[in-house]
This record gives sequence, structure tokens and C-alpha cells, in this order.
Amino acid sequence: MSETLFDLKNVRKYFTRGAEEIHVFDGLNLEIEKGDFVAIMGPSGSGKTTLLNMLGGVDQPTDGEISFSGDRIDNLSEGALANWRATNIGFIFQFYNLMPMLSAARNVELPLLLTNLSAKQRKENVATALELVDLADRTTHKPREMSGGQQQRVAIARAIVSDPKMLLCDEPTGDLDRETADEILSMLQLLNRDFGKTIVMVTHDPLAAKYAKRILHLDKGNFISEEVD
Amino acid sequence: MKIIAQIWTVMVMNIRSLPQRLWMSLAAVLAVAVVIFVLLAFLAMANGFNQTLSGTGSEDIAIVTRDGSQSELNSVISRDGVNIISTAEGIAKDKNGNPIYSAELYVVVDGIKRTTGTEVNIPLRGISSSGVSLRDQVTIIEGRMFESGKNELMIGSSALREFSGFELGREVTFGKTKWKVVGVFSTGGSVFESEVWADARTVQTQFRRGSSFQTMRMRLANTGDITALEKLIEADPRLNFNVETEAKYYAEQGNALSGIVIFGWAVSIVMGAGALAGALNTMFTSVSARTTEIATLRAIGFSNTSAFMGTLFESVVLSLIGGIAGTTLAFAALDGLSASTLSAGFTQVVFTFELSPDLFATGIKLALAIGFIGGFFPAWRAARMPVVKAFG
Repeated sequence: MSETLFDLKNVRKYFTRGAEEIHVFDGLNLEIEKGDFVAIMGPSGSGKTTLLNMLGGVDQPTDGEISFSGDRIDNLSEGALANWRATNIGFIFQFYNLMPMLSAARNVELPLLLTNLSAKQRKENVATALELVDLADRTTHKPREMSGGQQQRVAIARAIVSDPKMLLCDEPTGDLDRETADEILSMLQLLNRDFGKTIVMVTHDPLAAKYAKRILHLDKGNFISEEVD
Repeated sequence: MKIIAQIWTVMVMNIRSLPQRLWMSLAAVLAVAVVIFVLLAFLAMANGFNQTLSGTGSEDIAIVTRDGSQSELNSVISRDGVNIISTAEGIAKDKNGNPIYSAELYVVVDGIKRTTGTEVNIPLRGISSSGVSLRDQVTIIEGRMFESGKNELMIGSSALREFSGFELGREVTFGKTKWKVVGVFSTGGSVFESEVWADARTVQTQFRRGSSFQTMRMRLANTGDITALEKLIEADPRLNFNVETEAKYYAEQGNALSGIVIFGWAVSIVMGAGALAGALNTMFTSVSARTTEIATLRAIGFSNTSAFMGTLFESVVLSLIGGIAGTTLAFAALDGLSASTLSAGFTQVVFTFELSPDLFATGIKLALAIGFIGGFFPAWRAARMPVVKAFG
């Protein structure tokens, strides 16, 4: 019996630009099951990033419901959403978004500062996460001392170090060459397959999307097709 | 505990990223340093001036001047007046039973300020040997005491340091009369050290003052008690005089420089507004440069309090560095610096800039205030940064 992790019901999202009201979503419905690996594709302006933002609790719908493990998150306060994100979501960004002044280990440790773990426990968890992304020998390196692929692997370690249920990836290979992109995508696949992480990935790249179990095509705020692996 | 760890992390990241905004940060630090330096310069000047004057007055000495005169210079006391007042109760007596008092003259002579080469007014005090004994800590550090009836001078060590032409052994011309400098005295840094002293009767003769004096000083039988003198002056219509303790008299003279404190604060506030604008600009730029970092931390789950405190901390640290630089520079350049200014008596008073721990604290407090206000609004912006900015 599969468990629904995300459930979006009749979600509407409007923006105003000057006097104009832009309807990004006008009644979007979506279910994402635990352990799924969903790729969302679509042209620019189709609403991919807005959807990812709403799933990640960094943006809220104008109307409709978003539930996570059965609990509504669309009506949480800013502070409650921050706590929810810290517990449940790991973000992976296109440009890695690492803190340039911090070492790889310190970057990975950031989400653990929001937990009650001791310094020793945090250090152990950071070492495990960096080992998992094959960067155990780069703990003291600053982002500028690493390649793009290595930086993205640090970002993945940061996303998984607090063991969230969900990974949200915004064009995670958009800034990488094909070979490195394949490494990163294989790593995401491994996290999905062997560690049970539910993943939602926004991408323009059809080759990247093929690593997912399910590909949703979004256009003008509606899912127009779905491919299942 | 979690929030402290978050705030600390953001603070450390902000401070470590300062070299990326080096020049702008240095400009902010410099602006604060200049403001603090200028403020401390004014306050140290006022502090030094006040200390010189407050160090002069004694509660054991009463000073009599003509009623309505603002200073010794425009006071007149006749010989008769001196004689009557010297009979008052409340004046201490010497071992022979004579009242201990000194009738003095206070005239202006020309001197040349060493630093500027300009002509300034120097006070020449006509004084008797009993007048010397009414001043605490008088020591002759070079030469000797002037002799009664001779055109001889002693100069205060502060006056000698500030004004040229009064070196020991030199002849000085006042009007048509020549005087010889025979001694240098010290009074422990009080205002008397800014003066030139000569025999009272000789000054009366050479400056054509007849038998009149300008002030009268007397040792009080009871410290601070001038009641008997006041009663005497009130009861006798011939005595149109004012009496107060020397301590009170010089404290009032010191107030003449209170305006410089107000002026110093006014200048500092105007300059502080400029430094504040610099701090605001620096911090808004800092927040703008770290938009992705701040939004990413917020996306991870960091609180907006940590973003706020981290930015505020950076601003306060920059201002604190500026404050410490400004106060240190002020201490190094100004503390103990000798200067002279026009007193309420229209003569030069020599004093030294005094930078006390209180002034240091004032400078640091002002720097912190600039840092706090300059950081508050950018910090508010950081705290309200939309998290979606993390996604570019």
C-alpha cells in the first residue's frame, strides 16, 4: 500500500504584475507518493519553479490545499513553515547555493544546527553524508576550491544530512557537463532507490528526466502528459 | 540553543565575508573613526579646561570681587574696602592674630603664542607673599621669587610652555616699563600656572592703579563657610562686593566652556549622520550581496531572527572597530596635548586635553549607536527577504 506524501488539491496561484493578474495555476491537482522520483518538465514560464517553491513551503498558494503526509502546510505561519522545511525538506539548487566562506563540512552541517544534536553527533553525521557523496577527503575545502560537480555533491550531502523525507531539486544538473550531470543524477537515483528518499526534480533536460520514475510535463499551469518508467 | 547556533553561524559567515566588501567596509569604519575622534577632541578639550579650573578652586579660600563683575579683570576694590573686609569674622588668623588675606591686581599684558606666533593676552597678577601662600602646591621650579618693589616677574610653567619671550633671565617690556623674568613656578596644573606674577605694589605703580586692587583672597576659618563675610558685605553699604568660595568661582568660570561641549556634540551629530548614511549604505550593499546566502539559509530552515541578528552584528562590529580606532587615535594624538584658550577673563588659560575613561566609553557608545541604527534597517530587510530568492 503506497503512502501519499504530497497531495495538492485545486491549487491556484496568482501573481499581480502592475494592473495585470497572472494565473500560474488555476486548479492544479497532484499526488506524490512516498519513494517516488518525479521529474517535472516544461517550457520556461510553465510554472515548474513556482510548483517546486510551493512544495518546498517557500511560497504559498493563493487558494487550494497542499498536504504533506496528511497535514496541511498551505496555512502554516512563516516560522512554522521554516521548522517544517528543516525537518522534512532537503533542497538542491542549480547553482549549489553553498556558503562561500564555509568549508564543505561546515556547509553540510548547516541543517543540523537546527536540530538538538550534539557537536559530536553533528560531526559524525556530516562525515557520513560526505562519505556517501564520495567527498570524505574534501571536508576542509571551501566551495571555490572544488569543481562544479563536487560542489553539487556537497549540496546533496547538505540536503540529506538531516535525513529529510523529501528532496526538492531545481535544475540540479543545469550548470554541469554531461558526464558530471550523469554522476549527480545517478547519485539522486541511488538516494531514491536505496535510501527511500522521495525526489521531485525540475529540469529542462530530457536526459536528466529519464533518471526519474515519473515524468510530468507542465505547460501553462497544467499537466499535459505523464510518462511512467 | 538552536537559535544561538543559527545566529552565531550567520555572524561568523558575515564577518568572514567582509574582505569581499573590503573598501566599502573600510570607508564605513573610517567614517565612524573620524566622528568619534572629533567628538573626543571637543570633549577632551572641555574636560581638560574644566579640570584646570576645578583644580584651581579651593573651599578653604574666599574670593571677593566687585558686585556685577564677571571676572577678576573688570573688578575693582579700593584700599578701604580691603581694610574693612579684612576685619570680618570667619577669616583665618596667622600666629600673630592677623587675618590671612591677599589683595591682588589682575592686568593684561601681551604675549606671543608659540604654536601660532600670534599676539595673545596673558594675565599678570600683582600678588604679595601672603597671596603666594594662599595657593596650594606653589613651588618655584627655576630661579627665585620676585622681590618687593622691583620690576621682577615669575612665570607659570604652563604659560612658559605656551608663550614665548618669558624665558628665565629675559627682559620683557610692558608699555614703557621693563621687567625681568627671575623665576618659574608651578601650581600643580591649576589655572594660576597660566599667569605671570609680580609684586602687587609694583604693579599698582607701574600700571597706574593708585591704591586700588581688583580681587581679594582670604583663608577661611571654617572650610566653605563665607556666612560672616556675606553678612558684613550686606550690612555695610560701602561694600558693593560679591563673595564666594574660590572653588565656586572657578567652577563658574569653567562653565564658560560648556558651549564647546554643546558645539562638539552638534558637530559630531551632523558628522555622525554622515557616518550613519555610510553604515546604512554598506550594510544594504552587504545584504544585497548576500541575498542568495540569506535566502538559502532561510530555505534550509534558519529563522529570520538569525538573518536579522547576523546583519546587525556585522554593522555593530564595523562601527566598533571604527570607534576603537577613533578613540585610540584620540588618546594617542590628543591626551596630554597642551593648548590655551581665551577664558572668561579675556586672558589665555593654558590647559591640557584630558581623555578620561568616561570619554572613551562615550566614544564607544556613540560608535555602537551608529552601528546599531546603521545595521537595523538593512537587518530588517535581511529578515524579510523572500525565501524564493534562493532559487535565483
